[in-house]
Amino acid sequence: MNPDSIFNALDISHYIYLSSVLFCIGLFGVLTRRNAIVLLMCIELMLNAVNLLFVAFSSYMGDTAGQQFVFFIMVVAAAEAAVGLAIIVMIYRNTRSTDVGLFVKLKG
Amino acid sequence: MNILLIILLSPFFGFLFSGLAGKYLSEKLTGWISSLSLLVSFIISLQVFMGLGSGAAAFESTGFTFLAVGDVFVDFAIQADRLTSIMMLVITGIGFLIHVYSIAYMHGDAGFYKFFAYLNLFVFNMLVLVMGSNFLMLFFGWEGVGLCSYLLIGFWYRNAEYGKAARKAFIMNRIGDLGLLVGLFLVIANCKSLSYSDVFTAAKSGALSTELVTAICISFFIGAMGKSAQIPLYTWLPDAMAGPTPVSALIHAATMVTAGVYLVVRCNVLFEMAPAAQQLILWVGLATSILAALIGLKQNDIKKVLAYSTVSQLGLMFIALGVGAYSAAMFHLVTHAFFKALLFLGSGSVIHGMGGEQDIRKMGGLKSHMPITHYTFLIGTLAISGMPLLSGFFSKDEILAMVFAEQPVVWFLAVCSALITGIYMFRVFMVTFLGDFRGTEDQKHHLHESPVLITMPLLALAVLSLAGGLLNLPELFTHEHSQWLKTWLAPVLGTSQEGLHHPSHQTEWILMGIAVSAFVIAWLFTRNKYIAKSSVPESDEDIQGLAKWPAGKFFVDELYDGVFVKSIEKAGNAMINADSGVFSAVMDWVSAGISWISGLFGRIQNGRIQYYLLYMVVGIILMLVINIFR
Repeated sequence: MNPDSIFNALDISHYIYLSSVLFCIGLFGVLTRRNAIVLLMCIELMLNAVNLLFVAFSSYMGDTAGQQFVFFIMVVAAAEAAVGLAIIVMIYRNTRSTDVGLFVKLKG
Repeated sequence: MNILLIILLSPFFGFLFSGLAGKYLSEKLTGWISSLSLLVSFIISLQVFMGLGSGAAAFESTGFTFLAVGDVFVDFAIQADRLTSIMMLVITGIGFLIHVYSIAYMHGDAGFYKFFAYLNLFVFNMLVLVMGSNFLMLFFGWEGVGLCSYLLIGFWYRNAEYGKAARKAFIMNRIGDLGLLVGLFLVIANCKSLSYSDVFTAAKSGALSTELVTAICISFFIGAMGKSAQIPLYTWLPDAMAGPTPVSALIHAATMVTAGVYLVVRCNVLFEMAPAAQQLILWVGLATSILAALIGLKQNDIKKVLAYSTVSQLGLMFIALGVGAYSAAMFHLVTHAFFKALLFLGSGSVIHGMGGEQDIRKMGGLKSHMPITHYTFLIGTLAISGMPLLSGFFSKDEILAMVFAEQPVVWFLAVCSALITGIYMFRVFMVTFLGDFRGTEDQKHHLHESPVLITMPLLALAVLSLAGGLLNLPELFTHEHSQWLKTWLAPVLGTSQEGLHHPSHQTEWILMGIAVSAFVIAWLFTRNKYIAKSSVPESDEDIQGLAKWPAGKFFVDELYDGVFVKSIEKAGNAMINADSGVFSAVMDWVSAGISWISGLFGRIQNGRIQYYLLYMVVGIILMLVINIFR
């Protein structure tokens, strides 16, 4: 079966609902959790919700620009995750904790 | 360089020198340079005087434009006419003597250099006052001498009472100055000029209505009331005795306080056009003369007596001005400057010898200890009391004769004032110099004649007090038109003298006889009381009955305190209450409200990034919702 037809078998609204739900879950996590690793994961979740939406619209409209954006976002997200995790590791080594509340200590 | 400018700048140089360098130089050098700066002025003033005598109309010198507002231009212009030259000689001449005196008197004072700087500044300002050829220059000098007066009264500022006296003098003078200022505004508004010649020409040509001139004259007289210590603004002068004695002699007897007299004489053209203002001057002068003389009867501080005497004599000058006898007033101004400066310097010598004691009840018998001071003080006393042939006799007689021709009632009251003057002056003299010494043994031990720098000015002033009458010998004693000062001032006074009646020679002899008998009565009365019975003025607690009034200075200070000071204080307190109760309270509420609101919003900014994200999300959602339902 043609992948395109699989995508098109579902109405665009389903993709929108799914990515909205994912985005909201990510957002909820960012707002409520204090664990830095969980926060990073939630941010990734939000980014991927957006990616999903980009791809869905791109396919729906027959325009590849949206899919190109997704690649950029994935690259940036990977870089961000690498830097973010490195920071978290350093924090953990110093404080034995990954609680974002402890970042307050950086204040001069 | 213009010689007038040298007269003016020489004391100013002295001021700069002693003010800036005096601190680092010896007392002698500072004192003598200050004194010599006045001697230079005096010598050049003499030269100007001679020049005027040999026919010059007036010396003038115009500097820069002082003030240019719209079409009114006021120049920094000085002049020396015949009236000014007399004032200049008095100011610089007596000023020089008093400077020399001060070198000895202020010896050892921590503020020695400051004292001479102030004195020189005073002389500079006084010269500006009399030499200015427009009203603004006069006002400049007027305020300047007021400032110096303040600085010198409060010279020993560590004593809070002296500081208060200085402030009192300054504030009372402000009231008078306001009058002068109003007068100046009236002149500017109606003449578009402040120069004497313009204003007087306008007045002569009839461009100003009588009501206007009267208003101007009364405003000027209010200024004169303040400066020359007339009722109701005289109470500062007795308190001004807080200053060092040379200051009392120079500023509060000989020169500054006569500025009001000078102002009226200078504006004789205006005052001649305003009979109502002249009447006011006459009666205010009379009331002042009598009231101050009465108070002088019961004072026991040697300088206070002289201060009230000064107020009284100034009143006499204003009586003369009130009847239009300008030359008589100037005559008395000059002789008064001689003998009152002499008396003050003499009292300073006494205070010096007594180690600071000013109460005459604790003196007595100083005659043998301080012979020069004694004789010079005696000459001063005789001159002010009107002993025949001394300066005060002639000047007082001239005024009394003029007054008699105009207002016999005023004449009678003025003679009473002269009688009282004789009594209180003899009282001071006898209680201080005759009888037995009543001070402490310690004081008696230290009692000595003052140094030569103090006695020389005394002797010089004594000679002037003796011979001052020669300036204006009445016609009775010589021939027609012999009155030198009157003739000298005639060009300045112009037509103002025409309407003046002079009593016949016969009347004048009688008047003179009455004046002499008043002098003799005063002498006999005091002699009987203080020499024959050798009584001493009672201490303050023993004063009974009516005598309480003059002893308490007629409670004018208390009256002013109750009516003006207290009410202003109350108004001020009410303002403070209104300020803190209403305005401040409203402001406090507003600020408290803003503070409360900002506290609310401040809570949002708690430093946690997750909350900020939440706000962002809430904001975005809100925007979406608004967008959807718009």
